[in-house]
Amino acid sequence: MKRFAMTTMVVLAACLLLAPGWAWAAGGGASELVVVADTRIIDNGLMRYVANLYNTDVTLFATWAVVLTAFWGAFLGFLMDFCMKRTGLDLNSRKIVEH
Amino acid sequence: MDTASWLYMYMPIAGVNIFWPGLVLIGFSVGVIGGFFGMGGAWMVTPGLNILGFPMAFAIGTDMAHIAGKSMISTMRHSKFGNVDYKLGLVMLVGTMIGIECGAQIVMYLERLGQIGSVVRWVYVGFLALISWMVFYDYYKAVSKKRAGVVEGEHGTEGITWYKTLHKIRIPPMVHFKHAGFVCSAWLPIFVSFLTGVLAGFLGIGGGLLRMPALVYLIGCPTHIAVGTDLFEVMISGLYGAFTYAIKGRIELVAVFVMLTGAAIGAQIGTVATKYAKGYGIRLAFGIAVVCCMISIVLKQYGFSAPAAVLILSTITLICLYIIKIMFQGAAQELRDKKAGTQAQM
Repeated sequence: MKRFAMTTMVVLAACLLLAPGWAWAAGGGASELVVVADTRIIDNGLMRYVANLYNTDVTLFATWAVVLTAFWGAFLGFLMDFCMKRTGLDLNSRKIVEH
Repeated sequence: MDTASWLYMYMPIAGVNIFWPGLVLIGFSVGVIGGFFGMGGAWMVTPGLNILGFPMAFAIGTDMAHIAGKSMISTMRHSKFGNVDYKLGLVMLVGTMIGIECGAQIVMYLERLGQIGSVVRWVYVGFLALISWMVFYDYYKAVSKKRAGVVEGEHGTEGITWYKTLHKIRIPPMVHFKHAGFVCSAWLPIFVSFLTGVLAGFLGIGGGLLRMPALVYLIGCPTHIAVGTDLFEVMISGLYGAFTYAIKGRIELVAVFVMLTGAAIGAQIGTVATKYAKGYGIRLAFGIAVVCCMISIVLKQYGFSAPAAVLILSTITLICLYIIKIMFQGAAQELRDKKAGTQAQM
């Protein structure tokens, strides 16, 4: 798991360094469409914050989107790992048989 | 809608009310299938989100972010099984990144020349046909060899062994990929991932569908390692995809979180099921999924969008049930054996 976390960190750091170049190369396509989130009908504070951020600072919104997705994915991964350990199954080894 | 309004969730950015159990179900199904086959599964999620009421512009970006999170969960589980060769994944990442850029540039160049939409779709169909042919031919060859009593592979009978020829290329540096269990020139995975990257960039897909068979047939990974290593790559490319789509304002973050909750459970089932499945079982089910994906694209090309969506959703349901069956049967058997072992010791 330590190795997984370290490898992910290294790759994410590399991705952050290279992201501007990629973003430039992957640009175009659907960029003409402008969507504005309607914050007038949102009661929930957190949702309103997300919608406001989307309207005002899309770069920060994108950063949050990536960070929160990674965080939520990792959190759920650890949580499920905790639950799966309690099933009594051996989750650390397997036999590779092709046919 | 008033009586069952709690079943609907307002998506603040897309501005639509979405049936959230549907999102959980999509996440769960794609988690199961993605964890088992080692791919993102964008071809499954996008039509599903669209059917639930997401505008297409949001469906793709939301799907991309969900795939990144889901692949992270699956990679963590596969990593514990020893199914992820990080060294191979990182080496391939170099080729994949350069390849995707080249593919994207080719598309932009062709776009300047004129309409390429249908060309891209037919190239996609062509490659899916090639992959499915490869998978089924490989299976047929392996079955024939097994019947003839030929066992030559380290992990059992193998059909197509093109990788053995490619491993004979000895251009330095030679690298030992410990988990995958082979030594080859570093240029082989870089070149193969570059090719799959170009195709992924050109076709506008994540690339798991192309990379998984490439890892098996061209690089020589055992199926289980190919699944885990591919998921590691899908995770990285998914995070990058999520960033670029978010910057274009095409992500509905709330939906991503809801889908990930379902995917967390599905990914465990799909990943653990690989433990109880033989490599060829995974390959065969993968081949069937590829054929259905191919037919749905052909249907879409001729304007039959509804039948295409029905086909995709039925495929997801059936494959999902098949994987769940493998997982629960295998787990029950393992627990029975464990219990019998403990009783025998007493």
